[in-house]
Amino acid sequence: MKRFFTCVALAFSAHTHADTIIVQSTTSTQNSGLYEYLLPLVERDTGVQANVVAVGTGQAIKNAMRCDGDVLLVHARPAEEKFVADGYGDYRRDLMYNDFVIIGPKADPANLAQASDVVDAMQRIQQAGAKFASRGDDSGTHKKERTLWQAASVDPTEGSGQWYLETGSGMGATLNTGVSLGAYVLTDRATWIAFANKQDGTLLFEGDSSLFNQYGVIPVSPDKCPNVNREAAETFAQWLLSETGQAAIAGYRVDGKQLFFPNAK
Amino acid sequence: MDALSEAFRLIITLDSDLFEILWLSIRVSVTALVISAVIALPLGTWLAITRFPGRKFCILLLNALMGIPPVVVGLIVYLLLSRSGPLGWLGLLYTPSAMIIAQVVLITPIIAALSNQVIEHLHQEYRDTFYSMGITGRRAVAAYMVDARYALTTCILAGFGRAIAEVGAVIIVGGNIDHLTRVMTTAIALETSKGNLTLALALGAVLLTLSLLVNALVIGIREYAAKRQYA
Repeated sequence: MKRFFTCVALAFSAHTHADTIIVQSTTSTQNSGLYEYLLPLVERDTGVQANVVAVGTGQAIKNAMRCDGDVLLVHARPAEEKFVADGYGDYRRDLMYNDFVIIGPKADPANLAQASDVVDAMQRIQQAGAKFASRGDDSGTHKKERTLWQAASVDPTEGSGQWYLETGSGMGATLNTGVSLGAYVLTDRATWIAFANKQDGTLLFEGDSSLFNQYGVIPVSPDKCPNVNREAAETFAQWLLSETGQAAIAGYRVDGKQLFFPNAK
Repeated sequence: MDALSEAFRLIITLDSDLFEILWLSIRVSVTALVISAVIALPLGTWLAITRFPGRKFCILLLNALMGIPPVVVGLIVYLLLSRSGPLGWLGLLYTPSAMIIAQVVLITPIIAALSNQVIEHLHQEYRDTFYSMGITGRRAVAAYMVDARYALTTCILAGFGRAIAEVGAVIIVGGNIDHLTRVMTTAIALETSKGNLTLALALGAVLLTLSLLVNALVIGIREYAAKRQYA
């Protein structure tokens, strides 16, 4: 039986060479098209071929803890720091940032245009009983959304299934649902700009400092996961953090707009 | 309409990304189908013509497994193939092989259960003849399969349909990695989540066309062979 599986493995893994790594990633970086632009540059400069598995940040971290990735690229700082503290990563570095925004129907039933800050915005949505589509999947965006509700002293789960709709899906799928239902959605700006099914949806709230969205990069530690391709993972991470990589990130634009702002130190 | 013209454009311009994805879909599902058929057809046949305690339960189990959600199969195969799982040393997670394994698990019960039903009907008719001719065991399984070959192709097509169309299992064990494990269904899911609904629908139209072609081909061969046989 073991021999059979090894044969199957050999037959199909011929194209995975020494410089191939798996990146466990958040969805926004894929849905916004960043990887299609960035990965060929990485391969050209370093020879490292990065295979990206894009899932929510929560799932990406869990997958990496099962050793199913060589690099973690997500956006939920407390969870990332815990990942490193638990020994799954040797270090975590800031990579780039953008921000979260709230989108909703043009009619703006909760009158977010008048909101003074994000706490006010969240309270307005709840008080108006306006629909809000949540990721509901423990992703980085979902974690951020929960801290915002908490800051607004609102427990949205009381309205679950009525005005608070937890899709349990990725950013794009949640935007599709939200736009179709005329609901408000918290989304990262990059995914929203690149999103092609906006319909009646429009950007209604932005600019609060607590909507800052930091992305981090962590090579998975060989101490916990002896199978990781540490060398290539390190090359990949260092390229992203290098001047070349940071300049490349800054150069990615959709409709003339810069989506990610490099801030590696 | 936009979607159909987009599908048409992708095909006539020989869009290289599309054909890469399409080819991987075919490679994965056909490989899974061949492996499943080799296991499932003899198994279904054998279960139809032998009698042992627990046989009914086996058939019941096969029928129940036909309804297993692909995402559950994906999850089980993922946990097995994960680097920290029992088969992690194979390094198969996020490869086409992982997708093939998941599809084999998914469609083997379908082909086995359907072929079992086909052969059971035949068995009621042939039992006495085969018995008097002394055809038993492995020879009987082979004889039934040859005799029912046309009906069995429908069972195989049902398996192929399920394999080529499912997304839940392959997206978990394959990871939808561009140029490595992205197939038609996971590409459709991705384009939908990017809001590119026209492109997603166009890919759906292409997949449907592929399914039509495969079915036409198999049914064509079957008709041709049947005609020659009785000519």
